[in-house]
Amino acid sequence: MQCDNCKKAEATVHLTQIVDGKVLKIDLCEACAKESGVQDAAGFSLADLLVGLGAGDEIKTEGPGARCPACGLTQADFKKTGRLGCATCWETFAAGLAPLLKAMHKGDHHIGKVPTRAAHTLIISENIRQLSEELEKAVHTEKYEEAAVLRDKIRELETKLEVASATQKTA
Amino acid sequence: MRPMRLEQLLKSTNEWVQAEGPQNRIVLSSRVRMARNLRQFAFPGWAKKAERQRALELMRPIVEGLPEMADCFSELMDNIAAIDKQSLVERHLISREHAVKNVGSGVVVSASGVISVMINEEDHLRMQAIHAGFQVKEAFNLIDRVDTELEKLLEYAFSPRLGYLTACPTNVGTGMRASAMVHLPGMVLSDQINQIIQAVNKLGLAVRGLYGEGTEALGNMFQVSNQTTLGEREADIIERLNKVVLQIIEHEESARLTLLEKKPKLIYDHVGRAYGILTNAHTVASKEALNLLSLLRLGVDLELLPAATRAVVDELFMLAQPAHVQKFAARKLITEERDILRADLIRGRLAVMPKPKIGRVPPQTRGNDPIE
Repeated sequence: MQCDNCKKAEATVHLTQIVDGKVLKIDLCEACAKESGVQDAAGFSLADLLVGLGAGDEIKTEGPGARCPACGLTQADFKKTGRLGCATCWETFAAGLAPLLKAMHKGDHHIGKVPTRAAHTLIISENIRQLSEELEKAVHTEKYEEAAVLRDKIRELETKLEVASATQKTA
Repeated sequence: MRPMRLEQLLKSTNEWVQAEGPQNRIVLSSRVRMARNLRQFAFPGWAKKAERQRALELMRPIVEGLPEMADCFSELMDNIAAIDKQSLVERHLISREHAVKNVGSGVVVSASGVISVMINEEDHLRMQAIHAGFQVKEAFNLIDRVDTELEKLLEYAFSPRLGYLTACPTNVGTGMRASAMVHLPGMVLSDQINQIIQAVNKLGLAVRGLYGEGTEALGNMFQVSNQTTLGEREADIIERLNKVVLQIIEHEESARLTLLEKKPKLIYDHVGRAYGILTNAHTVASKEALNLLSLLRLGVDLELLPAATRAVVDELFMLAQPAHVQKFAARKLITEERDILRADLIRGRLAVMPKPKIGRVPPQTRGNDPIE
C-alpha cells in the first residue's frame, strides 16, 4: 500500500477514526506520519489531516489550473496549506470542496445562526431563486403570460436586492 | 477610554482562574470561540501585507468600541514581546498560532480577561469567551452577543448554504468551537482514559491533552470540544457537549470513588508524595510540576487537603508554566534557573497548606461539604 501523502514510500501507519459513525481512513509511510505528528493519538484529528493531505486531490472538478478570480489562490496553493484564500474561493472550488465537507462534517449545509444584516438580502435572493425556477417551468410549458408576470416580479426583487446590498456596504 | 496595560492584564488573575465556577472539582473552565471573516478582504493567511493591514485597521476600532470592551487591553502583535505573547497563550487568551504573528495582527482582551478577540489569526476574527467551571452555555451566550454586535458593523463572509465562511474547511458553518477543560486524574490513574477518549470521539467530540505535546497529557488536563461545525445548530452542539461533559464528570467521580475504596494506599501515596516533593523541592521542571499539582488538586477534591487551597493550586497551574515563571523573574532565564525559581514559587505558595489528612476520609464521600 502506498503512502497517501508522498505517494512514494510504503504505508506502514494506518489510521482510522470514527466520527459520527463515519469512518475516516488514511495510510501513511513512517516519515510522513512522523512529520504530521499523527503518532500522537490524543493530539490530532483526522479531519485536520485530511485537509492537509488529501484535500487537493479531492478538488478535481475544476481542473488543476483552477484559480480563484477574486484572490488568485490556486488548487496547488490550497493543497499546500489546506486553507482557502477568500470568501469567493468557496464558490470557485465549491464542487471539489463538497465531498471533503461531507467527509468531515455532520451535514452538507448550514442550519445555524444567520447574521441579521445578511438575512434580509438572503430572503430576497432565495425568493429570486424560487421565482426563477417557476419562470423556467412557465417558459417550458409555454405559459407566457405567467412567465411575463414572474419576470417582472424578479426584476423588482433584483432592484430591491441591489439597494439592500448597496446600503449594507455603506453602512 | 482608559486603555489597560499588558502588565496589568498579566498581573491580575483572570476571572476564569480565580472564580469558583460550578462543577469546578472537575471542570476548570469553559470556552466558546467563533471564527468570522470579512467579505471584502482576502483571508489573513493569503492576503498581502497591505490588505491585511487595511482589514486590521477597519476591525480593531470596532472591536475596541464594543460595550464589553470598556477598559480593554488592545495591542498590535508586533508591539508585544515574545515572552508576553507566551504568557497570553498560557492564559488561554491567544492561540499558539497567533503568538507567532507580527505586523498586521492584533489582540483585544476585555479587562476581566473573559472575552478576547484575535484579529487576523487564521481568520479575520477569532473571538472567545472563557468562564470558570462548567459554564459552556453562559460562554456561548456571551460570545454570541458579541458576535451579533459586531455583525451590525462589519460585513461578514457568509453563504446561505455553507454559513460563515472560514479559511479552513474544518471550521465552516457555525465557525464555532466550544470546549471544556477537564481534570481527569481518576480516569488516568485507573487506566480508563483511552476508553473514554474513544467513546467521546464516536460522539463527534474531540479530547485532547491540554498541556504538553504528543501523547502525554500533562497534569491530567484534557480539553473536550466539538469536531464538526457544519450541519448542526449552535445550540445543539452546545447541548451535546454539555451532555458529554456531564457524563465525563460522572465517570471521573466514580473512578475516584472506586480508587479510594479499592486502592486507598495508591491515592494516599500519590497525594502524599506530590505534597512532599512540591513543599520541599528546590528545582522542578514544568512537566513534573503540572503532574504533581494535578495530584494535589485530586487531594483537595478528595478532602485530604482543605478546600480553600484549590484556588492556590489552580493559580499555580498557570504560574508554573515557562513564560509565567520567566515573567516573575523579570529577566531571561536558562532552563535550570527557571526550574529553581519555579520550585521557590511553588514552595512559597504552598507554605500555608497543611499536610494531607490521610485515612480520615470515608470512602463514600463525594459532596462538597468539608469533613471535620
